[in-house]
Amino acid sequence: MLSIENLHASIQDDKQQIKNILCGINLQINPGEVHAIMGPNGSGKSTLANALAGREDYQITAGKVEFDHKDLLALTPEERAARGLFLAFQYPVEIPGVNNMYFLKAAVNSIRKQRNLSQLDAIDFLKLVKEKMQEVGMDEKFLHRAVNEGFSGGEKKRNEILQMLMLEPRLAILDETDSGLDIDALQAVAKGVNSLRSKDRSIIVVTHYQRLLDYIVPDVIHVMVKGQIIKSGGKELALELEAKGYGWLECA
Amino acid sequence: MSNEYIKQVVNKNYEYGFVTAIESDTFAPGLSEEIIRKISARKNEPDFMLNYRLQAYRHWLTMKSPEWAHVHYPEIDFQKIIYYSAPKVKKDGPKSLEEVDPKLLETYEKLGIPLHERAKLAGVAVDAVFDSVSVATTFKEKLAEAGVIFCSFSDAVQNHPELIETYLGTVVPYRDNFFAALNAAVFSDGSFVYIPKGVRCPMELSTYFRINAANTGQFERTLIIADEGSYVSYLEGCTAPMRDENQLHAAVVELVALENAQIKYSTVQNWYPGDEEGRGGIYNFVTKRGACRGKNSKISWTQIETGSAITWKYPSVVLQGDNSVGEFYSVALTNHRQQADTGTKMIHIGKNTRSTIISKGISAGFGQNTYRGLVRVLPTAINARNYTQCDSLLLSDTCGAHTFPTINAKNPTAHIEHEASTSKIGEDQLFYCRQRGLNQEDAVTMIVNGFCKKVFNELPMEFAVEAQKLLEVSLEGSVG
Ligand SMILES: Nc1ncnc2c1ncn2[C@@H]1O[C@H](COP(=O)(O)OP(=O)(O)OP(=O)(O)O)[C@@H](O)[C@H]1O
Ligand SMILES: [Mg+2]
Repeated sequence: MLSIENLHASIQDDKQQIKNILCGINLQINPGEVHAIMGPNGSGKSTLANALAGREDYQITAGKVEFDHKDLLALTPEERAARGLFLAFQYPVEIPGVNNMYFLKAAVNSIRKQRNLSQLDAIDFLKLVKEKMQEVGMDEKFLHRAVNEGFSGGEKKRNEILQMLMLEPRLAILDETDSGLDIDALQAVAKGVNSLRSKDRSIIVVTHYQRLLDYIVPDVIHVMVKGQIIKSGGKELALELEAKGYGWLECA
Repeated sequence: MSNEYIKQVVNKNYEYGFVTAIESDTFAPGLSEEIIRKISARKNEPDFMLNYRLQAYRHWLTMKSPEWAHVHYPEIDFQKIIYYSAPKVKKDGPKSLEEVDPKLLETYEKLGIPLHERAKLAGVAVDAVFDSVSVATTFKEKLAEAGVIFCSFSDAVQNHPELIETYLGTVVPYRDNFFAALNAAVFSDGSFVYIPKGVRCPMELSTYFRINAANTGQFERTLIIADEGSYVSYLEGCTAPMRDENQLHAAVVELVALENAQIKYSTVQNWYPGDEEGRGGIYNFVTKRGACRGKNSKISWTQIETGSAITWKYPSVVLQGDNSVGEFYSVALTNHRQQADTGTKMIHIGKNTRSTIISKGISAGFGQNTYRGLVRVLPTAINARNYTQCDSLLLSDTCGAHTFPTINAKNPTAHIEHEASTSKIGEDQLFYCRQRGLNQEDAVTMIVNGFCKKVFNELPMEFAVEAQKLLEVSLEGSVG
């Protein structure tokens, strides 16, 4: 499904200094697998997620990424989305004045159009969205508010999951979707993600907490430090990290 | 990258740039007492009108073109402008739509404004002004049943001279400014509305202004009077052909709201903006003012300004009546070399008067967008309130946004709030939308529409859709 080879990415900061953030990432994800990425703050987890989604601020300086055996890096962000790549943002953006339902419908239909599917009409759309909102435990009043405007941290995260369920991605990347969630929200999010799990979908979960992985059980856990994956292992690795922190790995 | 893309989105061609080949009765260029007498005679005006024009003209001769606005343009040669051009008609003018030249009807069809009553937007009466004169007013009879007068200014001068004499120039005196004086001297037509006491106008009224002839100035005049306890919603739309020369549009709009009356005035201004290099386009120098004369009266201005090479206008409200309310909602978009200097004046005179100002400026390309506002509270205005919100959105590194708010409060009980913001269209927002599958163009349109939402909400429904479309077209080609 996704194959990352020796990916290097850098960014130009405000002072025009080039800063290398990803320093040779290698990652293979097969259909149906769930991978977790953990690692200290600033290690490059969000950078990887954003680079995969096509954010142009990041310069890809070396490496190769294939998604469904096609060159992912050659595609625009919207083309990647149309092919089924979804990123639940660590910090979802507010879009003042744009109705949440309108946004969601435009997104769904834009992706359907790029996939040569018929457009959902208002009635079918509403039926579907109400169903999914129930699944993530969101009140319908959020449909009528502006996208993420004034949403609490947890509400924004639920809204990301709602979008994910509506767009039915083939590869979902969840960037700290569990941060700032209460227990109920955490379970709702996990339920949403698990409902999406299937043999031809893959999921990457970026998280700091082992707790999420109790609900969304990963096949593989990777540890990222300073722009590199320095260790991979099974789900028990999360417990070890929880107990020992990252220090022992960095020194190794 | 987003700059280039915004460029693409903002650069769609002007759709209304065609010229209608029609025979016109056109004066030679130039301005003099003789021309003014000729205009007045052509329109068979009573003496008070001719005198008014001549007084205005003599006063205008003593004035200088103003220079304080944040706009730049070469000096206008007023002797090169044609002050009267009318489509030729058999005799006095069309008595019914059947008599209107089919070419004219076609022109309005092309503009998306069918004048055939049956084909019209349900519930909207239209007055169409072509170059200098009104060519058709629809739904006259239906409105007459309600006692509403909606006709061309010329017809009103003929049929309701007492109303014209009472109100003309009482809100915008010809001494007010250079362009108001010029307009008072040479205006050739426009729309007139009178809503009688206690009547809620049964439909939206609208006027479509079209400049067709070359080198012609359009100087129309609109007068709306809402008698006690009445209500009217009025919309004006404007387009012009693409021409390399600049054309002058210097209109005057006067609104009068008596006790408990309400006037809602909406504008969708899409005059030809000139080309990418800034050649051609309309100079839109307009004086618009409303007087809330009676207690509890209310006047709302809503404007969507996407056209013109230069826009220079400040729809204002004079709040005389106690508890009266003035509102100004504005979206101004400038792209390429367009310049807009717009805003409002709210003059609080009566007690408990309230005003709201919401201004949204969008600049792209090399566009320059200025908000200029004045909130004045006179000593008599006890407990006056004003809320101003003034936001600018920049779509390129080469455009500009400027704000000049002035507050002048002479009463200590006044409550004045002002909020302002300037932001660049967010990379984060664009990326978020694109990650959800929207292409850049749709993403920009969506974000800009969201930015303007508060203003669009004030437009009558039919026109809100039109305004959004217009914005989409004006934005096309502005990103890359
Ligand atoms: N636009 C930017 N300008 C400058 N530095 C940046 C920019 N974006 C990311 N960085 C830097 O790159 C590094 C990696 O950031 P990233 O957000 O990928 O970390 P992360 O692993 O997601 O951290 P966290 O766990 O705190 O979310 C950080 O040092 C960050 O400051
Ligand atoms: Mg992060």
